[in-house]
Amino acid sequence: MAKKTIRGKAKARNGMIDVKLLMKHPMETGLRKDKDGNKIPEHFIQTVTATNNGTVVFSTEFNTAVSKDPYLAFSYAGAKGDALNVSWADNTGATDSADIKVK
Amino acid sequence: MDRRSVLRALGGALVAAVALPKMAWAAWSKEAFDANESTAAMENLFGTADVTSSEKVKLKAPEIAENGAVVPLEVSTDMNAEQIAIFIDKNPTPLAISATMGAGAAGLVKTRVRMGETSNVVAVVKSGGKLYSANQEVKVTIGGCGG
Repeated sequence: MAKKTIRGKAKARNGMIDVKLLMKHPMETGLRKDKDGNKIPEHFIQTVTATNNGTVVFSTEFNTAVSKDPYLAFSYAGAKGDALNVSWADNTGATDSADIKVK
Repeated sequence: MDRRSVLRALGGALVAAVALPKMAWAAWSKEAFDANESTAAMENLFGTADVTSSEKVKLKAPEIAENGAVVPLEVSTDMNAEQIAIFIDKNPTPLAISATMGAGAAGLVKTRVRMGETSNVVAVVKSGGKLYSANQEVKVTIGGCGG
């Protein structure tokens, strides 16, 4: 995917890293209809995975109930300078990932 | 319900419980997310709907959500959480999110969800193989599903 869809901030504090993420995604539920009454097909992020120095620290599964442009925050044990990577995959097979600097 | 149908139901639940964890990692738990009822979703996700209400599970949610399309939710716990899931009882598919804690992750998840109508929101934390929950009703004035 050409455009960056993941924006995030990671802050190290007292041995924990607080992560806040915003992902750009329509999160279509499959329940909405367009002007002509046709159903807009489901299009939503299904999994989000965060790794720190290559180890999975947090993973989530989303349903269509998660809001458009999902926000996700979590926290894990780590320190400044760790390599945090976040990736998502949606139901159409599209994916994106980003490295987030731990400050 | 007679004995036979009880046994059959139990058998079905067992099969689901055995089959699911194997395919769970990184894959999307389709059955649990597609379930249209909280208890069924819980059984599909955790293999059981046997949850204990606990003060150690903290669910932060607004009492009144003006916009059901964006309802901020926060679940946290001091327990050693393995998994946190959020169920919105009256949504078409109640299971909204299931988070798995990896190495060193705190028992915390914050996100924003859609709610179709006023509903009970249930946060479930899996810790030490057991399920603990907290719930709160969120009143919705404008729904977040459909047009």
